[in-house]
Amino acid sequence: MKIVERPKPKAWAERTYIGAVFVGMWVTLRHVVANLLNYRRMPVLYYPEQRKIPPPGYRGKHRLTRREDGAPKCVACMMCATACPAECIHIVAAEHPDPTIEKYPASFEIDLLECVFCGMCVEACPLDAIRMDSGIYSISDFTREGFVIKKDQLLAVEPQKPPR
Amino acid sequence: MSPQAIQILATVLKAVFVVLLVLSFVPFLIWLERKGASFIQDRIGPQRAALFGFIRLAGLVHIIADAIKLFFKEDVVPEHVEKFYYFLAPTITAMVALSTFAIVPFADHLVIGHIDIPMQVLDVNIGMIWFLAISSLAVYGIVFAGWASNSKYPLLGGVRSSAQLLSYEIPMGLSLVGSFIIWGTLNLNDIVRAQGALLYGVWPRWGIVLQPIGALIFMVCAFAETNRAPFDLAEGESELVAGYHTEYSSMKFGLFYFSEYIGMFVSSALITTLFFGGWQIPWLDTTRLMDWANPLLAIGLFVAGLAAFGSAWLLARHRARLLTRGFQDGREKESGLFSVVALVSGLVMWGCIWLVLTHPFPLWGRNVFAVVAQFGCFLTKVLFFCWVFVWVRWTLPRFRYDQLMNLGWKGLLPLALANIAVTGLVVLWLQHLGVAI
Repeated sequence: MKIVERPKPKAWAERTYIGAVFVGMWVTLRHVVANLLNYRRMPVLYYPEQRKIPPPGYRGKHRLTRREDGAPKCVACMMCATACPAECIHIVAAEHPDPTIEKYPASFEIDLLECVFCGMCVEACPLDAIRMDSGIYSISDFTREGFVIKKDQLLAVEPQKPPR
Repeated sequence: MSPQAIQILATVLKAVFVVLLVLSFVPFLIWLERKGASFIQDRIGPQRAALFGFIRLAGLVHIIADAIKLFFKEDVVPEHVEKFYYFLAPTITAMVALSTFAIVPFADHLVIGHIDIPMQVLDVNIGMIWFLAISSLAVYGIVFAGWASNSKYPLLGGVRSSAQLLSYEIPMGLSLVGSFIIWGTLNLNDIVRAQGALLYGVWPRWGIVLQPIGALIFMVCAFAETNRAPFDLAEGESELVAGYHTEYSSMKFGLFYFSEYIGMFVSSALITTLFFGGWQIPWLDTTRLMDWANPLLAIGLFVAGLAAFGSAWLLARHRARLLTRGFQDGREKESGLFSVVALVSGLVMWGCIWLVLTHPFPLWGRNVFAVVAQFGCFLTKVLFFCWVFVWVRWTLPRFRYDQLMNLGWKGLLPLALANIAVTGLVVLWLQHLGVAI
């Protein structure tokens, strides 16, 4: 049997909490004075100008990778669209002139409002054609249509630069 | 003009001055609250809104923007409210908060020629009783708001708040009885004048020295009466949305919001007046201030000029840092501008020192100087206590309702009664010994 030590009732002077109040006020005053004397010590980012750099492996906005000749690597195999739990990837396949490549995406759209950023598409891709390593986490637009990003936009997204 | 006419005119002017003073400090207090909160929490706080694209005033512009927003927002009146009381509630709250300031003296009497003007809107002998009477009306604003909103959260907030205000009214009134025994008057200006004397010729005989327990109880009750943390159960946003002003929007909400800060200012003024010497400058009573008007003004100008030069230097350094490492988003222009302004005002102040030293003031000038200096001292003390209000709010967590009632009825009330008994006995004993207090 375990015997639990109950905390002893506090002394009368402690129960008035006057000392505790002054200790707390001293703690906050220290913060105010330190911050006034050196305001840059505050752990603050000036958000739109300074942005947090996400860690490697962070799943940001998608991008399509290219072959050496600049064409998209994607062969429109539909693996990503099949793996997608949110069903936000819409691909229209077309026949590629090169018989070794077989297919290419005539259109490749991702609806970022539907996307849950799970990364399944990246896992599913057999050709490393889709990646989420752009590091872009704030995606904003004025219209719903603007969030449906097309093939050209996906190809234009750059991978995240390593921190300087 | 007859003396009566001058007195009436002076009273009207003082009333307008006091209302404008309190109202113009409200934005500053909101700014103090927001900046104080952010500095306590290690963040920067409001600083983005800008006039002409670059004058940010360290976030004060945000408050102006907020006020403009509150005035021009749509005023939504829910259909289920009791219209008359719904409209009455914010008016009562703001009116009560403003009218309590009437009895606070903010300087010694201004004597020009044979005209004697008290620097206090309502120079009445009941003094403190006026404050207790008017401030207890504040509960009506909150109860009306809670009841007339016809909705559960405002009602709960109103009920809580009325119980709280009623409970803390009693220790507040009793905590002052000790002071009244010592000073023998209810008139606040007389109380302040009595606090100008020195205890054993060394230390100012402020109320806090003679009545530490009374001061503590009064301060705790003042926090409760203004409905501010740790006694802000009426709002209790974590459980009651926003409490009694949940159903209010636009400027009606704004009135509640402003009257909280007006109440804070008035409570600070009363704490200052009763326990921290009011307008008394320590070790400098009115006669001394008037005798030494010119040298004191010269010293004041010297110190102010020094402060101006210091801030000019700090702002210039800030500007240099922004130019090398900052974003250069207009803030470097602002600090440059204010650096020049501070430099020029410092030079003007130091230039005035020579003028002040060579031209002795006439009698009325010395009296005006004394009044202005005392007013400045009073404002400094009041702003310090406003800061204490902010400081406490962002340090202490909110009380639970039963803790609130325990503290009020089982803690403060017996303590206030004991304080009265002990003060009375000590005063009697000292009188018996023939010692003046």
